[in-house]
Amino acid sequence: MTTTYVLRGARPLGGEAADVVLADGIVHEITAPGAAGVPDGAVVVDAIDHVLLPGLVDLHTHLREPGREDAETVASGTRAAAAGGFTAVHAMANTSPVADTAGVVEQVWRLGRQAGWVDVHPVGAVTVGLGGDRLAELGAMADSPARVRVFSDDGRCVHDPILMRRALEYVKAFDGVVAQHAQEPRLTEGAQMNEGVVSAEIGLAGWPAVAEEAIIARDVLLAEHVGSRLHVCHLSTAGSVEIVRWAKGRGIDVTAEVTPHHLVLTDELARSYDPAFKVNPPLRTAADVEAVRAGLADGTIDIVATDHAPHTREDKDCEWGAAAFGMTGLETALSVVQQTMVDSGRLTWADVARVLSTTPARIGRVDAEHGRPIAVGEPANLTLVDPAARRTVDGAAQATASANTPFAGYELPGRVVATFLRGRATVLDGAPVERTDLAIEGAAR
Amino acid sequence: MKHLLSTADLSRDEAIGVLDTAAQMAATQSREIKKLPTLRGRTVVNLFFEDSTRTRISFETAAKRLSADVINFSAKGSSVSKGESLKDTALTLHAMGADAVVVRHWASGAPAQLAHAGWLDAAILNAGDGTHMHPTQALLDAYTIRRHLAGPGAPRGGAGDEGVGADLAGIRVAIVGDVLHSRVARANVRLLHTLGAEVTLVSPPTLLPVGVHTWPCRTSYDLDATLAGWQPDAVMMLRVQRERMSGGSGAFFPSPLEYTRYFGLDARRLALLGDHAIVMHPGPMNRGLEISAEAADSDRAVIVEQVANGVAVRMAALYLLLSGTTEGISL
Repeated sequence: MTTTYVLRGARPLGGEAADVVLADGIVHEITAPGAAGVPDGAVVVDAIDHVLLPGLVDLHTHLREPGREDAETVASGTRAAAAGGFTAVHAMANTSPVADTAGVVEQVWRLGRQAGWVDVHPVGAVTVGLGGDRLAELGAMADSPARVRVFSDDGRCVHDPILMRRALEYVKAFDGVVAQHAQEPRLTEGAQMNEGVVSAEIGLAGWPAVAEEAIIARDVLLAEHVGSRLHVCHLSTAGSVEIVRWAKGRGIDVTAEVTPHHLVLTDELARSYDPAFKVNPPLRTAADVEAVRAGLADGTIDIVATDHAPHTREDKDCEWGAAAFGMTGLETALSVVQQTMVDSGRLTWADVARVLSTTPARIGRVDAEHGRPIAVGEPANLTLVDPAARRTVDGAAQATASANTPFAGYELPGRVVATFLRGRATVLDGAPVERTDLAIEGAAR
Repeated sequence: MKHLLSTADLSRDEAIGVLDTAAQMAATQSREIKKLPTLRGRTVVNLFFEDSTRTRISFETAAKRLSADVINFSAKGSSVSKGESLKDTALTLHAMGADAVVVRHWASGAPAQLAHAGWLDAAILNAGDGTHMHPTQALLDAYTIRRHLAGPGAPRGGAGDEGVGADLAGIRVAIVGDVLHSRVARANVRLLHTLGAEVTLVSPPTLLPVGVHTWPCRTSYDLDATLAGWQPDAVMMLRVQRERMSGGSGAFFPSPLEYTRYFGLDARRLALLGDHAIVMHPGPMNRGLEISAEAADSDRAVIVEQVANGVAVRMAALYLLLSGTTEGISL
């Protein structure tokens, strides 16, 4: 028996206000505001002026478990995801051991089920050990209980063109997709930041835009040739947007993601030498930021994905050159999208639902459960946002186990008030709600 | 001036102030007793994460001539792979009561992090960080150029003794070689521009950084044309590191011989310069690669003098950082 929730006066997709009643894991009733009755034991959530979205789906999350539980665990990372409004995440494969076998992906999937904050969909490695030499057992991962559909060597690029071609072809058998981390390795040896005016001045080895664009250009042509679908991870340059736009114009089955940080931060921040701003792909120029915003607005870029990359303090509290690449993002993603795209008038809330839920769910093939319309009978995977709230980001106060946010001290708009996973509140009044059904599930096993 | 991190932070007046102070320091160095009591009781730490015997000895000499207590702390290697972190090292130096920390580091930005992270409150003096900055090298180069080219009787000079009080307005400096990896070039371009000099960087295209077009200087791929046509007053040869030409397909130029053919300073190229022009090199030199023995040993070369001037400039920098003023210097 789950709790019934009455969301009083919520605005589904930012539209007209309504009462939305969640019961038995589904959207039970949608009525005029104030009209829904309150059954015994139901919890009423004051949702006046709050926007109701389908639960957010992240196609690109690093949960670090197994291997780097000092930076994040499946439990801590998914708790952070729920706090950020997510109901599903795709856990990247660059763990230790690498998620390149059915055994590892199944372990991550089970850890996600036990934690219960969001649905964890493991991403399988394309190549054994992310080594770029030979295909991992993609079919076994697809057939495992984790039902892997997204394959990526993220963190590394599948740079060998024949291997990439084979991967693109092979995953067609189970409707999979290869999510490419586009980084030409020889052009980025030792690279520390975007190559340009700032890197020249501050003396950090440059990471040219062409190292990303050349791989994307090659991959869209390969995808066209073999008739496969391709997903481009964390696209970051104006040139990449142009290539994807061109590819879509040709009818190539390509989707692309941008991270929240590439929507707002630039390489000027590297002048501080603060490793909080060290990330792969690197922060680019203001012109690139404008290009990815425009690409997201016109649909060239399909989704926003966090590339949530937690790191321990010791991996960030050091010289730039010695620091790890990456920044946390689950708990700031929606706010950054609101600030850069909604408050600026470039996306509606319905568009936000598309880029942060519906489309990522479809790309990841989890759209039977996630990214659904807000309609009676649909799974109650939902996120309630107060867009008028403002908050100051404090890395240490976040639910993620790591504090490496680039937004520390920033005031961001919007606050996730509640998150529901199949009708159960994982976040209520802006705070994660510890699961109470664990004992029951344990007893059932 | 709390720290000396980058020549980009120096105003024209500040830079001239350092050079003038260095001139005063240099004057004391011809006395029989070279040691000054100025920094007695102050502690200067030479924190070197990268080997550089020359730079360390220069700073050590400078600090000792000012009567500071000097501690040499060698912490070679990456902080992550080998032992103590930069932060812990900084906290240790803070606990020991260092007044100034002279830091040489393989990582660009490490001195800036030490200055701004709140780990210690000592004055930070950047003695070379990665491929970013080497401010005292640029200051000693400017000092050397000023002595020769802006002093009384100098072709473009006319200021006081040794050029004291003067900037480098109108002086032309060619900086030749591996600009991409050179903290010396970055430090010099900023400082020379601030002091009014004109700079041309001469380098193969592979060794100029993308983005160099925004720097306050010209660039050229042609050393002969620059020497003959632009007639620099000073030619600064940069050290070429031998690993830049290995690396197979990633090498920056085809061979040492080809580099020398196009970018080496030899007697023939020296003859293209005006009689007053000087030849500089931050050392250590690769004789026969970027500079021939004839050029290095010619009358035009001020390379050994640069070393001596380095001590005076570093004395000035330590003095200004630790006394916090240019007023009332009594030496």
